[in-house]
Amino acid sequence: MAAEREPPPLGDAKPTDFEELEDGEDLFTSTVSTLESSPSSPEPASLPAEDVSTNSNGPKPAEVVLDDDREDLFAEATEEVSLDSPEREPILSSEPSPAVTPVTPTTLIAPRIESKSMSAPVIFDRSREEIEEEANGDVFDIEIGVSDPEKVGDGMNAYMAYRVTTKTSLSMFSKSEFSVKRRFSDFLGLHSKLASKYLHVGYIVPPAPEKSIVGMTKVKVGKEDSSSTEFVEKRRAALERYLQRTVKHPTLLQDPDLRQFLESSELPRAVNTQALSGAGILRMVNKAADAVNKMTIKMNESDAWFEEKQQQFENLDQQLRKLHASVEALVCHRKELSANTAAFAKSAAMLGNSEDHTALSRALSQLAEVEEKIDQLHQEQAFADFYMFSELLSDYIRLIAAVKGVFDHRMKCWQKWEDAQITLLKKRETEAKMMVANKPDKIQQAKNEIREWEAKVQQGERDFEQISKTIRKEVGRFEKERVKDFKTVIIKYLESLVQTQQQLIKYWEAFLPEAKAIA
Amino acid sequence: MEGRQAGKESKQPSSVSVDLQGDSSLQVEISDAVSERDKVKFTVQTKSCLPHFTQLEFSVVRQHEEFIWLHDAYVENEEYAGLIIPPAPPRPDFEASREKLQKLGEGDSSITREEFAKMKQELEAEYLAIFKKTVAMHEVFLQRLAAHPTLRRDHNFFVFLEYGQDLSVRGKNRKELLGGYLRNIVKSADEALITRMSGLKEVDDFFEHERTFLLEYHTRIRDACLRADRVMYSHKCLADDYIPISAALNSLGVQEVNQLKMSFLKLAEFFERLRKLEGRVASDEDLKLSDMLRYYMRDSQAAKDLLYRRLRALADYENANKALDKARTRNREVRTAESHQQQCCQRFERLSDSAKQELMDFKSRRVISFRKNLIELAELELKHAKGGGTQDTWV
Repeated sequence: MAAEREPPPLGDAKPTDFEELEDGEDLFTSTVSTLESSPSSPEPASLPAEDVSTNSNGPKPAEVVLDDDREDLFAEATEEVSLDSPEREPILSSEPSPAVTPVTPTTLIAPRIESKSMSAPVIFDRSREEIEEEANGDVFDIEIGVSDPEKVGDGMNAYMAYRVTTKTSLSMFSKSEFSVKRRFSDFLGLHSKLASKYLHVGYIVPPAPEKSIVGMTKVKVGKEDSSSTEFVEKRRAALERYLQRTVKHPTLLQDPDLRQFLESSELPRAVNTQALSGAGILRMVNKAADAVNKMTIKMNESDAWFEEKQQQFENLDQQLRKLHASVEALVCHRKELSANTAAFAKSAAMLGNSEDHTALSRALSQLAEVEEKIDQLHQEQAFADFYMFSELLSDYIRLIAAVKGVFDHRMKCWQKWEDAQITLLKKRETEAKMMVANKPDKIQQAKNEIREWEAKVQQGERDFEQISKTIRKEVGRFEKERVKDFKTVIIKYLESLVQTQQQLIKYWEAFLPEAKAIA
Repeated sequence: MEGRQAGKESKQPSSVSVDLQGDSSLQVEISDAVSERDKVKFTVQTKSCLPHFTQLEFSVVRQHEEFIWLHDAYVENEEYAGLIIPPAPPRPDFEASREKLQKLGEGDSSITREEFAKMKQELEAEYLAIFKKTVAMHEVFLQRLAAHPTLRRDHNFFVFLEYGQDLSVRGKNRKELLGGYLRNIVKSADEALITRMSGLKEVDDFFEHERTFLLEYHTRIRDACLRADRVMYSHKCLADDYIPISAALNSLGVQEVNQLKMSFLKLAEFFERLRKLEGRVASDEDLKLSDMLRYYMRDSQAAKDLLYRRLRALADYENANKALDKARTRNREVRTAESHQQQCCQRFERLSDSAKQELMDFKSRRVISFRKNLIELAELELKHAKGGGTQDTWV
């Protein structure tokens, strides 16, 4: 990445140009929501080119659009990149390239343009290292907590509201500590928005916790038993982890939707997240269609790295699934052990009561107490088994599915590019035919179409390279996170297992003299 | 499974203490045992200087049915009505274990060779444990008989110990088993009747207390035994669960090339350690707790049976009294009635005396056994927990 620190001379290798311009773009988008306009001419090319991943934010597709056109402009331009309005007018008027699926409406482009003349002193002045550091988590200061689940409403329309508390020293937020109330569908809505913006350009968007119709129904119906409290706790923890993962992602953190989710007191209800809604069914149909498509796309993989990584993730997925299934069995059996130990403790106590030899009676009562304490221990261990180990595994199984999805998007991107190339070829053939048939008007039309498709081919190639690059970075970040995550959890989990054994020692050591005291 | 020799290993039946002190004139042990198909053949070795026997040392081979025959012979013998007859050993049951081994053999292709080897090892250990237990149970039965001053002198016992040939005792057929069950039902009904019979007052506080005590104790110890079994079963399940977890962690560790590798491998190793630990905890709890509770459940049942017999004798005595009165008023067959009443009285008193002694022995036996087993249980649990608690520096 060091190589990209210096702004490359314009007109050079396309990718790096592209990146630099994109970075310039990034700076602007980040200024939108947080800075007041202070008109001053933005710095020219001496601006440190920033790493795409560190400060990239906002909807990618729209950026791509603009850069694309700017690329054209700068092909003949001088070194100085003046980001003043005159040069950017043409950008405004050009329509987004059809190759990109624009998720962000053009409205977002407009405000960005307005602020183009703004300087973003906070971010501009920051050195590159600082920003990268922040993204890498050393000075990355944002803590999210999900707590206080409370039931709102009655009957089948009831829902659980969770308190989302954010503590941060990041400047992009207006306060350093704030909290809002959110319901589960809000989280799903957030994920849906992030996914639609970022997934298809190669960002690994952490998946939201799964819906559970059965679980929620029990809660709605108002069963105050342990299984519904367990369900709520499981969900709360899952939502917390989900948010924590999402904010750790430097790109996603900059997203306005995420910020709105964390900050604003009122959030428009996300209705398209219901499982049985029209949108839900559409999603299912799309997923099925995707699966079919995946099987028919045969990509010429020019980059072995991707093939390797895909295989690696496939293996990892299989093994995690296996491990997860085994751990689930463990949790179940440990809970059984706890229940059985408690039952035994009770019957030992009863036996102690019946026993008419005093010392033996006392010893049996002590045994019952020890077994009760051991039961507690088993329960705590089962808790750790589940929340530390099992949930980590299931989180990563779903994360890897997101990673696989991103690889699939790359394939689709390649397919689009391929298709564009094929169409271009056809258009050229048509042109040739028209030339031979000597139909001047048709020739002109053919020429227009050729130009159009040439642009699309270029766009397709750029998209493909962009997504490939993004994926590489994302996978690198993902792997780092994964290693960190697993290491932390494994250490904590091992500690809990060791702790359990040590507690057992204490209990039995206390019991031994009692047993010896039987006379 | 062929020739599993368990007899030579753990000699002392670990769950029951039998007081063999003070009398080495008759020593009985099961020196060898062989499992063939669905039969277990026990080699019963006796060392004795008693005059009844023709040799000082001799062995015979006996099967489970012959032990049952011996037990029933004691129970049906009027002479021993005032004694607690040691409970019969349970039938050797390898069904469950054998089934599991078979299922494992049929194979689940999704498990690795390592996992398969571990599971096989576990099942074989289980089989061996069951085998050892059944040997211990049979041995304890004989040793209690040998230690009891009255019971050891039984003729059937000598035959059992010495007679070289097969005793030609077949297992009970269904009719006999059913008959046995019915007899038990009749017995409890009878008992209920007797106790409610007006006029039958328990004269002795000791027995009154014992009856109440034993009734409650037996129920509760049965409960405790069942629940202890379930705890042990859960421990075994856990131990089995650790096998695939350890294997999966290992393969994950092998695949990783980064720092995570060590973490996975360490965790895999720890689970392997835990597996052995849980397995041992399960088997120790089985021996020291479950088996002990089970034994005293049976022994307390035997004690209850004794009380019933005494109660029956008391009822007979009462009836004889009434009959005597009736005979006196009618002045018919007075002498027969008198002698019958005498007999019943004597029998009742004989039973009461020996029962008192037996019940006191039962209590002291119980206390000693519980003490020994609870101490050993605690010590073993400590040993295992310490084995799993020490953690060298990892990652």
